[in-house]
Amino acid sequence: MTARIERPLSPHIQTYRVTLTMALSVVHRATGIAMYVGTLLLAWWLIAAASGPTAYANVQAFTGSIIGKLILFGYTWALLHHLVSGMRYFVWDLGYGFKANEREALTWGALIAGIALTVLVWIIAYAVGGGR
Amino acid sequence: MSGHSSMRTPLARVRNLGSAHTGTSDFWRQRLTAVAMALLIVPVLVVILTLIGRNQAGAAQILGSIPIAIILLLFIVASTWHMKIGMQIIIEDYVHNEKAKLACVMANNFFCVAVALASIYAILKLSSGV
Repeated sequence: MTARIERPLSPHIQTYRVTLTMALSVVHRATGIAMYVGTLLLAWWLIAAASGPTAYANVQAFTGSIIGKLILFGYTWALLHHLVSGMRYFVWDLGYGFKANEREALTWGALIAGIALTVLVWIIAYAVGGGR
Repeated sequence: MSGHSSMRTPLARVRNLGSAHTGTSDFWRQRLTAVAMALLIVPVLVVILTLIGRNQAGAAQILGSIPIAIILLLFIVASTWHMKIGMQIIIEDYVHNEKAKLACVMANNFFCVAVALASIYAILKLSSGV
């Protein structure tokens, strides 16, 4: 190996003042990590459906419980927030939305849209589920 | 990759496709799978909402139908690939010990492939009606 070259390092995250876009960047990663773990739930559900009535009833018992519903609600928000928040990155990748007011608006938009879509999905879920 | 015997400078080695020799492929695939999921999210949510309150027989029938199985398979491939890349970026950002980083990246690959294959297997089993 050649001698290690001392490259410049970016300062640690704690050096920076907390801003909205920075906080939402952390939230984007956090929701990503949460869904990463959450795929286990999705896989469990699909495997149970393929396994039979008993296995599927176990999943339904969990998803029907208070904790299960809280996790599913959190999962829904993580998914939809990550989705709309991710769309900001497309705007930025394409070179738009870098002005202070633009990036603030995009970020507030993602935050509000993520919550609104989550509530909408759960209203639909209760409307559909109530009929069965 | 012995630097002492190589005539190439460190700069020459990282030019073009960079030190990993894969260039921006992860960046591109991260966006590719994100767009795929943005397109698939509405049908996927409709499928999940349709399943609320149904028992295993009803759920198995819906999940095993050809268009729904294909939509779910596409979503599983896109999401597990996307999360593999995303988690690797987080690992590379925060795990600085080289050996620990390699172990984490490897575990990440194992986890994502295992989740993907388990889910794909379940859907194929539902589709074949076994």
